[in-house]
Amino acid sequence: MHLHKYEKIWLTLGVISLIIFLSVVGVSAFSQNHTPAGGMETIDPKKVNETAPFDNPGVTQLDDDTYQATIVAMAFGYTAPELKVPVGKEVVFKVTSTDVVHSFTIDNTKVNMMVVPGRITTKSYTFEKPGTYLILCNEYCGTGHHMMYTEIEVYEE
Amino acid sequence: MIALQDRKIALWNIGVAYTAFLIGTLCGLLQVFIRNDALQLPAWLDYYQILTAHGVLLALIYTTFFIFGFFITGMSKSLGSFGPKVRLFSWIGFWVTLLGTVMATAMIISGQASVMYTFYAPLKASGFFYVGLALVIIGTWISSFALVGHYRVWRKNHKGQLSPLFAFMTITTIIMWIIACLGVVATVLFQYIPWAFGWTDTIDVELSRSLFWYFGHPLVYFWLLPAYMAWYVIVPKLLGVKVFSDSLARMSFVLFILFSIPVGFHHQLTEPGISNFWKFLQVVLTFMVIVPSLMTAFSMFATFEIAGRKNGGKGLFGWFTKLPWKDIRFTSIFIAMLFFIPGGAGGIINASFQLNEVVHNTLWIVGHFHITVGTPVAMTFMGVTFWLIPYLTGRKFTKSMKVLGLVQIITWSIGMLLMSTAQHLLGLLGAPRRTAYSSYNNHPSSAEWFDGILTNHVTMAIGGSILFMSAMILIYIVIMTMFLSPKAVEAKDMVDFPLAESDMSNTPKWLENWWIWIGLALALIALAYAIPLTHMIQHAPPGSEGFKTW
Repeated sequence: MHLHKYEKIWLTLGVISLIIFLSVVGVSAFSQNHTPAGGMETIDPKKVNETAPFDNPGVTQLDDDTYQATIVAMAFGYTAPELKVPVGKEVVFKVTSTDVVHSFTIDNTKVNMMVVPGRITTKSYTFEKPGTYLILCNEYCGTGHHMMYTEIEVYEE
Repeated sequence: MIALQDRKIALWNIGVAYTAFLIGTLCGLLQVFIRNDALQLPAWLDYYQILTAHGVLLALIYTTFFIFGFFITGMSKSLGSFGPKVRLFSWIGFWVTLLGTVMATAMIISGQASVMYTFYAPLKASGFFYVGLALVIIGTWISSFALVGHYRVWRKNHKGQLSPLFAFMTITTIIMWIIACLGVVATVLFQYIPWAFGWTDTIDVELSRSLFWYFGHPLVYFWLLPAYMAWYVIVPKLLGVKVFSDSLARMSFVLFILFSIPVGFHHQLTEPGISNFWKFLQVVLTFMVIVPSLMTAFSMFATFEIAGRKNGGKGLFGWFTKLPWKDIRFTSIFIAMLFFIPGGAGGIINASFQLNEVVHNTLWIVGHFHITVGTPVAMTFMGVTFWLIPYLTGRKFTKSMKVLGLVQIITWSIGMLLMSTAQHLLGLLGAPRRTAYSSYNNHPSSAEWFDGILTNHVTMAIGGSILFMSAMILIYIVIMTMFLSPKAVEAKDMVDFPLAESDMSNTPKWLENWWIWIGLALALIALAYAIPLTHMIQHAPPGSEGFKTW
């Protein structure tokens, strides 16, 4: 198979940049823990409200520097009373759904999690600025999809 | 001209394609005005119903029928007239696909399937919606096997020869399509249909999503490869040159069989149930399709330069001005290619593991597929339509049609540029996709999204309106060339199928040994999917009941 000289150069450069690019993404993912939302835990979607920690949703403090926010998503809203977390502390979000697929997306942050019934999605995030953030659903979930939102308050300690 | 019976099959496919296009673009027009808060739908019609129809009819139905119309014509042209069996099965395939389309569309219109074209469980549509979708796939398989049968007859009669490039590329696309469909067929037949009709109580949601996306990503290559075929085999003819490199064209196509399928997890990067290792592995495999895309880009620009220089273009870039810009068959495809540059770059962003979190399910994604399938693919199909229909009907492509074609292409480009730029920017700011008009109870964040010069509801509405106007011009051209334009009597008025010559003397024979490519593809799929899917099935949570939330 004949390759034109310029094409060899073009493809070599392309492949080299591809390798560099994927290495950057890979190193950032696995040595600096920059991974997207996920998690392997499962839950019975019919028993969410009686299964810990979703039987008591909201914010709990795990240790000095870590908080956990537990949220139940359902058509068309979120069960998460008193969503208030301090600025500069790690917040571990745990979200699941009692009905269809939703998302838990905090505007102006990298928190963008798919919420799948039967599964628990986890994402760790540290807010850098105080304020009231909009949380919305960006996965179509029914007639009221565009009404599905809530807020989280990030306060200064 | 190809046999009358073959032309008839192709024309019926194209006719259905443009009927779907007409309804689909009308839905698109309604959407931009609802999002602009300028239009309230009557109570019996819902935004999400229209959105589902828009996606299904344009992304699935318009593309599929058009692609088969194009394949049937090209296969008859390059391998000779169909035999009676091939014709029969092409017709059966057409009718089964059409029956499935009508069933699914009827369910959407009657409000029993407002589930989007991704139909994620446990949103539960009427069982007949899923049966309709299954019939669409089965219909395309029957049409595919008819074309494969035609190809096998040709191979038998031409022992030891490589097949013409058009046929080779058609078969490549069909092989990829059939392997890809296995995922959606598995989930629809074994998960959705028994559950929707009440034979099983629950469905494993994460498994159904994974099987869907096993199919969902190669689906976009099923749209793209026929457009690439036009770029590789039609464009050089329009420019008066040969295919740049026959072996390279074939090589890039078989790479798509390998690398378009084991990559579906990059649509599921932000969801649970798949570990980071497997997500990342599929991200790496996703990026492998950049290689054949770079090969295609090189071939295209090499073809342009060779043609431009042949026409007297001098200097480093002088050839550029010597391209046949007044030929709408060429200009349309050229602009389509330009759109694919930001389109492809956006795709790289979407699949980039962490970066996906910034754009996932935002309006950015909507912008992305409007400048991939909505322009590079659709506009290439439009450029092909201009000559394909007159070629099949034996009518003239008149001067006024050529002018209208130019207007259509320019308006489509402007409309898409406005709308998709607004969508990309809004998505970056955080505006979600697939939503009706909402201010989130006048939340200041959502007001900020729509505050910019380009990032406001008006830009999208203007873009959408221009696009609809463009679509109507296209429908007019389709109707004229199909039924009303004067018949071409003299040889100079006959519209040709511009099929470029391709020099096969240096093409290695192993490129057409399909078992190599199918075997490698299956091995890669096993590598990427076997372990995570097994884990998903073995550690499945209790299933979900169905919900009708619309």
